[in-house]
Amino acid sequence: MWKWLIPLSVVPVIALLAYGFRVNPRDIPSPLVGRPAAPFALRTFDGAPVMLESLRGRVVVLNFWASWCSPACYDEAPTLERSWRSYRGRGVALVGIAIQDKQEASQKFISDFSLSFPNAPDPDGKVSVDYGVYGVPETFFIDRTGRIRLKHAGPISDELFRTEVEKLLGEPALDPSVDSQEKGG
Amino acid sequence: MSHRWVVRILVVAVVAGGGLGAQSATADAAQDRPPAAGTVNADAVREVAAQLRCVVCQNLSVADSPSEMANQMRGIIRDRLAAGEPPEQVVQYFVDKYGEWILLAPRGRGFNMMVWAAPVVAVLAGLIAVGVLLRRWTRPRPAPRAGGIDPVLRERIRRELESEP
Repeated sequence: MWKWLIPLSVVPVIALLAYGFRVNPRDIPSPLVGRPAAPFALRTFDGAPVMLESLRGRVVVLNFWASWCSPACYDEAPTLERSWRSYRGRGVALVGIAIQDKQEASQKFISDFSLSFPNAPDPDGKVSVDYGVYGVPETFFIDRTGRIRLKHAGPISDELFRTEVEKLLGEPALDPSVDSQEKGG
Repeated sequence: MSHRWVVRILVVAVVAGGGLGAQSATADAAQDRPPAAGTVNADAVREVAAQLRCVVCQNLSVADSPSEMANQMRGIIRDRLAAGEPPEQVVQYFVDKYGEWILLAPRGRGFNMMVWAAPVVAVLAGLIAVGVLLRRWTRPRPAPRAGGIDPVLRERIRRELESEP
């Protein structure tokens, strides 16, 4: 029995290492997926208020970014603007939140990419911590009932944006009047 | 100047120096971020921050990291403590947002128990293995059989000795 003990004791160690090396250390699941999105009230770079509560009933895409986040944030900025223009009339709200950034640099980024969706700074980092943000860019898809349905770390693609938003748009809204308002407006 | 006066002057100098040092430390902490409305002990902030992993660093706590993210997280800790939240609740707030990954020392329950139990099990297994080997190595060897060498071997040795020139 003893001569097998040492070789056998190596098996769980190898199994643990095999599991560990197959896992992407950057891929940390968010405990927030499936839970209600944390409310926030920010002021955009233009001075307009933006609150999650006022977007209730819409599909909300929340994108955390920074002007120093290169190339990922630079890669996805045109995608976000394109997607926003495609979906802005279909009950989708896109909000950009600049984190750990200088105001002038953020504004230059917005200007360089001609971003027309609302963008707001998060000066004390409270919103980014409320959403468990590790880095930038990170994008959260929030359904019409206000629950976080997907967290995507890294630059977003047109296809991912479209797939996820179409899925959430296909789900019934909590308040039926929202659909009629969208169609009427 | 008497010996007593020299001692008094030295004591005053040491106390004043200590006070300046404390003021300097407080000033450093204040520069970190403006204080919140309530009064929060810097040690209390550090105690909570030391339990949390800096999310943008490699193996650094929020207390030790110089990053902007960690600075903002320390500010949130300070604000929550100032609002009257107990330290455990502040830690739980970060766990709710980031999961238990945010804790530098995983909680000793469920699968996490393995992290705490594995070193103890490994040390115990090593001690048992060393004990078994020591016992085996120090066990007295069996005495040679009565009668000495095997008769067949004895005969072979005799033959070989006789055949030598």
